[in-house]
Amino acid sequence: MSAGPRDNDFTIKIANVNGTGSASANALLMKVFFRMGIPVVGKNYFPSNIQGLPTWYEIRVSEAGHLARSGRIDLMVAMNAETYQKDLLEVAPGGFLIYDSTWPRHKILSRDDITILGVPLARMCNENFPTARSRVLMKNVAYVGVVAALLDLDLQVIRSSLEKTFAAKANLIEANQTAIDLGYQYAKENFSCPLAYAAKASDKTADHIMIDGNTAAALGCVYAGATVAAWYPITPSTSVMDGFKSLCERYRRDPETGERNFAIIQAEDELSAIGMVLGASWNGARAFTSTSGPGVSLMNEFLGYGYFTEIPAVLINVQRCGPSTGMPTRTQQSDIMACAYASHGDTRHVLLFPANPEECFYMAVAAFDLAERLQTPVIMLTDLDVGMNDWMIPDLKWDDNFVPDRGKIMTAAEVEAAGEFHRYLDSDGDGIPYRTLPGVHPRAAYFTRGSGHNMHGAYTEDAREYQEVVDRLRRKWETAKQFVPKPAVNFTEKHRTGIISVGGCDDAVQESRERLRESGIGMNYLRVKAFPFSDEVQEFLDAHDRIYVVEQNRDAQLRGLLLLETRVTQDKLVPVLHYDGLPITADSILEIINPDLQKGEAA
Amino acid sequence: MSFITKPKIVHPSMPRNALGLTVRDYEGGMSTLCAGCGHDSVTSALVQAAFELDVEPHRMAKLSGIGCSSKTPAYFLKQSHGFNSVHGRMPSVATGANAANRELLYVGVSGDGDSLSIGMGQFVHAMRRNLDMLYVIENNGVYGLTKGQFSASADIGSTAKKGDSNEQPPIDPCELALSLGCGYVARSFSGDKAQLVPLLKGAMKHRGFALVDVISPCVTFNDHEGSTKSYQFTRDHYHPAILADYIAPSQEIRAEYEKGAAMPVVLHDGSQIVLRKTDPDYDPTDLAGAFAYLQKQSAEHEHVTGLLYVNEEGQEMHALNHTVDAPLNGLDYDRLCPGSEALATLQENFR
Repeated sequence: MSAGPRDNDFTIKIANVNGTGSASANALLMKVFFRMGIPVVGKNYFPSNIQGLPTWYEIRVSEAGHLARSGRIDLMVAMNAETYQKDLLEVAPGGFLIYDSTWPRHKILSRDDITILGVPLARMCNENFPTARSRVLMKNVAYVGVVAALLDLDLQVIRSSLEKTFAAKANLIEANQTAIDLGYQYAKENFSCPLAYAAKASDKTADHIMIDGNTAAALGCVYAGATVAAWYPITPSTSVMDGFKSLCERYRRDPETGERNFAIIQAEDELSAIGMVLGASWNGARAFTSTSGPGVSLMNEFLGYGYFTEIPAVLINVQRCGPSTGMPTRTQQSDIMACAYASHGDTRHVLLFPANPEECFYMAVAAFDLAERLQTPVIMLTDLDVGMNDWMIPDLKWDDNFVPDRGKIMTAAEVEAAGEFHRYLDSDGDGIPYRTLPGVHPRAAYFTRGSGHNMHGAYTEDAREYQEVVDRLRRKWETAKQFVPKPAVNFTEKHRTGIISVGGCDDAVQESRERLRESGIGMNYLRVKAFPFSDEVQEFLDAHDRIYVVEQNRDAQLRGLLLLETRVTQDKLVPVLHYDGLPITADSILEIINPDLQKGEAA
Repeated sequence: MSFITKPKIVHPSMPRNALGLTVRDYEGGMSTLCAGCGHDSVTSALVQAAFELDVEPHRMAKLSGIGCSSKTPAYFLKQSHGFNSVHGRMPSVATGANAANRELLYVGVSGDGDSLSIGMGQFVHAMRRNLDMLYVIENNGVYGLTKGQFSASADIGSTAKKGDSNEQPPIDPCELALSLGCGYVARSFSGDKAQLVPLLKGAMKHRGFALVDVISPCVTFNDHEGSTKSYQFTRDHYHPAILADYIAPSQEIRAEYEKGAAMPVVLHDGSQIVLRKTDPDYDPTDLAGAFAYLQKQSAEHEHVTGLLYVNEEGQEMHALNHTVDAPLNGLDYDRLCPGSEALATLQENFR
C-alpha cells in the first residue's frame, strides 16, 4: 500500500479505568511508534485517584515532529464504559472507535460519521488467561494488538519491545505476546486492515530519547552535583525526587560499603523542605527541593529569607492547576507571578522556564550555577505536561570538562590572606558579596539573619544601613540579567507582529506559526527562558507593533510580568490564554490569533 | 547584637583550656535582652560548656528561630557561623546544615513559642529523625517580644501579668521528647548554672538529638506571683531528680561519689556522664519509668530537673542514611558527576 497523506499523522486516545494496569500497555504502544522511527508524544490525563476513576492516554504520531497535544482524536480505544459516551463524542469525523464488544453497547451510543469497531477483548482474555488479575491486565495488551493490526505496526518491534520491557520476567513476555496476537488476529479477521492511514517506518527518531521532564530534571540535579535534597511528596513533582533517588542509588552509592554520598530527606512539610535546602546550601552543599503550587505557597516565607540573606537554593516547581488544591493532575503555568515575587516585602526571584525535558536537564544544571553565582534562590518552573509526560528529545550530551560555578565562596586561605571578612560588602561592584562556609576558618564567621542587617552582616534598624543592603540587592538583580539564559528568538525584520511565549507552550506555538506561514502570515517568535528578562526581551518588544503573549493561565501572568518589568505598553500585548488543565494546542492559539488578525485587516 | 562593641579584656591569670583559649574567646556580642533575663544565664552556661569542652569556636554552628531566645546565638561564640532563621523553622535549617556537613557541632536555641507552637512540627520531626544536635529550649511560658501572651508551655491556672488565667493544658517538651525516643532529655533552670553546664556538655557530646529544656524566667512579663515559671516559683518547686557530671575521656571519675549513688553513662567518644540520683527510685535509662515520674511530679507542680533520660544506642540521621563519613559539602565534583559515558549508557533505557 502506498503512503497516504495521513500516514504517520494521527492521534490515538485510550480511555481506561485507573489502576487496571493500562499504563504499561499504553507506554508499549507509544514506544512502538518511536522505535519505528516515527516522532511521537504521549500525554497522560490521569485522575487524582489510586483506583477506579477514568484515565486517558493520548498518543500523537507526527512525521512532521509536532509534539504538542493535537486536540483531534482519530482513533479512540474506549475501554471505560463509564466515559464511553463522552469518548465517542470526542472522535473526529471520519475517525475510528474500538470498544470491548463482550458486552453490547446500547444503540443510542453510536455515531454515523465514524467507524465503530467492536472487539470482544474481555471474552478473549477470559478464555485465554487463568487468573482474574491477568485477565484484566491482558485486556489492555490485547487492544495494543488490535491497534497494531489497524495501523500496520511492525510486529518485530512489538516483540522486541516486550522482550526489553520484561527482560527480567520471561514468563510475562509470552503472556503479553499471546494477548497481542489475540487482538491482532481478531482485527485481521474482522476488519479491513490497515485503516485509511497507518504507521510507516521512518528515520526521525535516531539520536533521540523518550523521557519525561521530571526524570530529566532529576538527572540534571545529579550531574550538577547536588548532594542534599529535601522534599514533601506532591503531585505532579513527586517523580523528580523518585528519579533523583533512583539515579543516586545507581551512581552515588559505594557498591562495596553501601555508603551514600547524598542525603535525601523526606520532610514533614514544604516549609521544612525549603528550610533544609537553605540550611544545606548555607553550609556549602548543592541542595534542592521539588514541589508544586501548594508547596510553593508554603515555602514563601523561607524564599524571602533566602533572597534577603542571600543563600543559594534550587527549587523545581512542577506547576499544576490552581488556585488552591485545584486539579492536581492537570497542567497549567499559573505560578509565574507567585514565584517571581514569592514572599512578603520587596522580594524577587530568578526563574527558569524549560520548554521540554531536554531543557529540564540543562536548566537544572544551570539552576545550581546561577543560585551559587547569584547567592539567591532559583526557581525552575516546569509543569505537569512537561514534567510527567513522555517527550521525544535529542540525546542529552554531557561535557566532561564541565566545572560547576560555585560562585564567590572564600576559602580558608583567602580568609586568612584577607585578614577580615564581612558578609555583605559589594567588593566587586556587581552587587554580589562574598560568602564563607561554616567551619572553615576562625575569622570567617558571620551571622545570617532575616532581620535588618548592614553591609557587615550586623543587626541594624538604621535607615541608611538598611537601604544600602536592599539597594545592593537590586544591583545584584541587574547583574543577574547577564547570567540567566537568553530567550530563544526567531526574528526577521520584515515582520511587525510577534509571539512571546514560555515553557511548555513552545511546541504548540511552533505548530501555530507553521500553520500561519502556510496561510502566508509570518510572525516572529520569542520564548522567554528566564526571569529577570534580559535585554533581548526588551529589544523584541520594541521591534514589534503587536505581540501575542501565549501562556497557560487565566490571568495572563507572563504578560503581566512583561508589563511590570519592561517598558512595553498594555495595548501592544494581546493575551492568548489556555487554562482548562489540558496541555495547550495549536488550535487554541489560532482560535485567538486568527480572528484578531482579521479584525486588524478590517480596521 | 548590640550597637556597642563589647570590650574584650583578658586578665593574664584567666584559665585557658586545651586550645589555649579563655572563656572570653567563647563569648559573643553584648546582649540586648532585659536585665536579669534568664536567657543570658543560659548564654553564659553555653559559653562555659563550650570552653570546658575545648570546642574550636569555628567548628560550631549556632542556629535559632525567632523570639527572645532566638536572639541569643549572637551573644555567644562570635567565631561560629550563626543562623537566625524564620519563626519555628530552625530545626529544618539545622537538618539541612547537618546533612551537608556532619562534622560540625550544631547548637540550636529556641523558645517555648518557637518550638511548641509555630515550630511544633519541625521540632518533633527533628527528634524523630534523630538529628545530631544540641537543642536548647529557653522556656519561660510567655511571649516576650509581643508583650506577654501565654505560650503553649504555660501551666493550667498560671496567670498572665495582666491577670488572665491560662486554662489550656501545657505542652511539656521533655515528655514529648520521651515519647519520640529522643536519646538525651534534660531539664534545668537558668538559675542553676552548676547543674546546667554539665547537662549542656553531655548534650554536646551526645550523638543524636539532645534536648535541654531550660526554665528561663522572663523578668518582664512572667516573673510575677501566679506565674509557674518565675524565679521564685521555680526555686520553690525545684526538684533535681538527677545531677549529672560530665567527665572527659582523659579524666578519672572522682572518688567522692558514694557507692551506688553514681551511675556512669559512657558517651560515643569515650567520655562519660556520671549521674547522681537524689531520688533513689529514679532510673534515667528506663523510658517508661522516666515518663511516669515526670507525669507524677508535674501533677504536683514540681519542676523535675536533671538528665531525665539517656540512651546512647540510638542511630543518628547520617547513620540511618548510611552517609559517607566525609562531609557531603566537601566531596569532589568528580565523585558526584557520573560523566558523559554513563549518560550515554543510561539513555539506552529511554529509546
